[in-house]
Amino acid sequence: MHEIGIASSVLDAVRAERARYPGGRVCKVGVKVGELGGVDCDALRFCFDALTRDTDLDGLELEIEYCPLRHRCPACDETFAVEQFETRCPRCGRLDTEFAGGDELDLAYLEVDVDGSGTPRTQGAQ
Amino acid sequence: MDRVPLERKVLNENDRIAADLRARFAACGVLCLNLVSSPGAGKTSLLERTLDGIAPGLRVAVLTGDIQTDHDAARLARFHFPVRQITTGGTCHLDARMVDRALVGWPLEGLDILFVENVGNLVCPAGYDLGEEAKVVVLSVTEGEDKPLKYPGIFFRSSLMLLNKIDLLPFVPFDADEAERNARRVHPGLPALRVSTLTGAGLPDWFAWLGDRRRQVALARAASSV
Repeated sequence: MHEIGIASSVLDAVRAERARYPGGRVCKVGVKVGELGGVDCDALRFCFDALTRDTDLDGLELEIEYCPLRHRCPACDETFAVEQFETRCPRCGRLDTEFAGGDELDLAYLEVDVDGSGTPRTQGAQ
Repeated sequence: MDRVPLERKVLNENDRIAADLRARFAACGVLCLNLVSSPGAGKTSLLERTLDGIAPGLRVAVLTGDIQTDHDAARLARFHFPVRQITTGGTCHLDARMVDRALVGWPLEGLDILFVENVGNLVCPAGYDLGEEAKVVVLSVTEGEDKPLKYPGIFFRSSLMLLNKIDLLPFVPFDADEAERNARRVHPGLPALRVSTLTGAGLPDWFAWLGDRRRQVALARAASSV
């Protein structure tokens, strides 16, 4: 329901970041969406396309990394994806495991064509 | 082509304003609670009961959010506490900027508790931090027991679940234990209180919870000013 606002926030960030690469072209933006994030990925893509079409960001690609709900076991340190809200540790069977991720709504990366080569050069964390 | 890591929140701007609000609430010793539910679960009725029965001497104010109309503010103004309506004009949730704007000119220093009644919606309000001390989710027995599983985000982020309209339990096929079990599958240990804003059942527990949280905030303020 609020994906248009989220898409708009992503594009605001892209425009702010782009200012650091004068002459460069932003080709792709990566966004992490957690299972608990309350964001519908299809709706986000739809809004993103609608907000970029015929603008300075026309053609910008959106890559969504979906992050499942994860828990960590304090006893054996296992981190695991929680399916169907089964939070028991699959390794040692402990019941009370801790939240370890799944509420992301993060900007992960930008791909910027700075020299017109069109060849991605990945740097730093992804 | 360069790949530039960003690693920050999409709602960075909202979170920045919310952090500023949280610091102001803490500095003034105000307990701010963000009430979230589906439309019609009883947030406004809960606030009416709360304003009517709050311990004498406690200074309370309400920001109430709706897509249209100021009906809720009019309902709540009868109790002679400060009330302001936020009309979002179509937006399905409150964000930190709306709260920040609505607070202009309100002396937080004189407040003990600020209730923020969100727009009726279990999805979008979960994603927007308003600077609150805690989110309180209201579920009513005329809804499904599986709502916590369908809308896990808000149940995960809430500090208390109020199960409202329990006066209707004899008339509806709703399993309150099952609803609480579902909420705790999403949020292990989530406290739940069963209340009826119509009959007043369970409300003493709600007032006790409010009192505890209010004391914690006041103690934290006292400790930080030593």
